Amino acid sequence: MATSKGHNRELAERAYRVRRNAVLMGEVQGQGYIAQALDIADVLATAYFHAMRYRPDDPTWEGRDRFLLSNGHYAIALYAALIEAGIIPREELETYGSDESRLPMSGMASYTPGMEMSGGSLGVGMSIAVGMALGLKRKKSDSRVYILFSDGELDEGSVWEALMSAAHYKLDNIVAIVDVNNQQADGPSTQVMAFEPLVQKLEAFGWFVQRIDGNDLDAVVVAFDAAKDHPEPKPRIIVADTLMGKGVPFLEVREKNHFIRVDAHEWQLALAALDEGRLA
Amino acid sequence: MKSAAPPLSGKPRLTTSAMIASIAGEGQKTRPAPFGHALVDVAKSRPDVLGMTADLGKYTDLHIFGQAFPDRYYQMGMAEQLLFGAASGLAAEGFTPFATTYAVFATRRAYDFIHQTIAEEDRNVKIVCALPGLTSGYGPSHQAAEDLALMRAMPNMTVIDPCDAHEIEQVVPAIAAHRGPVYMRLLRGQVPVVLDDYGYTFELGKAKTLRDGNDVLVISSGLMTMRALESAKALEADRIDVSVLHVPTIKPLDTETILREAGKPGRLVVVAENHTVVGGLGEAVAGLLMRSGVHPAFRQIGLPDEFLAAGALPTLHDRYGISTTAIVFRIKEWLSR
Repeated sequence: MATSKGHNRELAERAYRVRRNAVLMGEVQGQGYIAQALDIADVLATAYFHAMRYRPDDPTWEGRDRFLLSNGHYAIALYAALIEAGIIPREELETYGSDESRLPMSGMASYTPGMEMSGGSLGVGMSIAVGMALGLKRKKSDSRVYILFSDGELDEGSVWEALMSAAHYKLDNIVAIVDVNNQQADGPSTQVMAFEPLVQKLEAFGWFVQRIDGNDLDAVVVAFDAAKDHPEPKPRIIVADTLMGKGVPFLEVREKNHFIRVDAHEWQLALAALDEGRLA
Repeated sequence: MKSAAPPLSGKPRLTTSAMIASIAGEGQKTRPAPFGHALVDVAKSRPDVLGMTADLGKYTDLHIFGQAFPDRYYQMGMAEQLLFGAASGLAAEGFTPFATTYAVFATRRAYDFIHQTIAEEDRNVKIVCALPGLTSGYGPSHQAAEDLALMRAMPNMTVIDPCDAHEIEQVVPAIAAHRGPVYMRLLRGQVPVVLDDYGYTFELGKAKTLRDGNDVLVISSGLMTMRALESAKALEADRIDVSVLHVPTIKPLDTETILREAGKPGRLVVVAENHTVVGGLGEAVAGLLMRSGVHPAFRQIGLPDEFLAAGALPTLHDRYGISTTAIVFRIKEWLSR
């Protein structure tokens, strides 16, 4: 796929629809981690409509690339992508976060097709990724493990245990994405715990590291391609700096909170804002 | 702070039982590393079986497996959270990892990882842990007095406390054949062989009567079954007739057998466990009996709800009431009242 600006119209349209799905789900619940969903939509669109191999009608197909959602509260975003990918039927969007739904607020493997792990308890995903990547190598599979986690999870020691072991075992079939939106429960992530300089730390841990603007679709595509093609036997990580609320200007400038406030009438305004951005 | 030890009075003072202390009595028949050898046997016909450890391969007898199948052996470093998360990932890919460490590190340090990545996701991981209960004199850092309470509180988890080498050799193929997460307490090194004399075979989920008796029913698991059998023999001299019901599967509990045995009239029921009296087999049995309207005279033998001392295992087992001598003393005391 061409990666210069303007040639990723199809992907931009996918990202728009992922955002739209997420906002519709937010409206169903009247709440949700919508600001995170909007910031990560470009990454998810690239993963599901550019990089990954899967069969929508067979979510456990052996030859699929695995996608692990370590930050389970981003489930609203992943459901939005799974609906767009045809893995979850669109009708289920209406059930998001409701009793008996397969789409709970926090992503869990036992509930949802296409959800490969149970998140929620932050910091566990990377260790699962290490095990899956080891397992795929044992099976001589060329499938990859994509894992998304959040900058707040960098506070968890277990993440670094797993990062160290992925390099130890030369797990070049892992592509990790860390969403640096610089916001966690108690405030800006860099103030909660100083995790910078992140690129140098990850490189010192033996990873192939790229840092990009996670809302620049062209840059995201280039980074995913490079993560695939990089020749060294190292695990790969994309540090994606993102903007919470991306695509809905009035949410982009709203006071930053882990759980952003959206009033009842604003969901429709958010959809209108997305449509406006799409036309532009 | 503890007060200074009393001066020696001729008798040599025992030294600390650290990590490789054997629980075998003097002259007792033993077999080396029954878990490691049994796992090698299973793995010969099961290519999905893997070994994983967190820097404790040699101390959990998993090195035997590692020597036999070096390419199926994963050293995860001294990182128990990683160990169990990665085991979950390997299980998700269709493998059957046996993940080993000390009981304290699995149950206390990595509890959330086992809970979320293994139990909640119902992954086929076998967690095999050395130094269960009070089998180290190293101090609370290595004494897993509460491991059974923690693991039996976890949905989906099968919990097993084998007695000896004979039983461990049968538990390993049984849990490999069982689909789902398992926590198994491990006795390592030179492990006593006791149950072969009783014609015993292990069945997952089954409690079995090893000897019958009319005065006392001892319900026990793990190494306490060994002690219960020794106590029963010793009590014969006092014409006290002791039955021993061995309950190696702590969860799911064999409620039918326990209710049938405890419901027989005229016997004092004693639950003996190498575990704190909080939340282990004793309270599991007590709760079952209460809920079922079976109300025999009931006593518990187990570790006290306190941080246990460092020292030599024989000393500590006497002090905390789980040695054969202590069990015999308590049962006589209870019966004389």
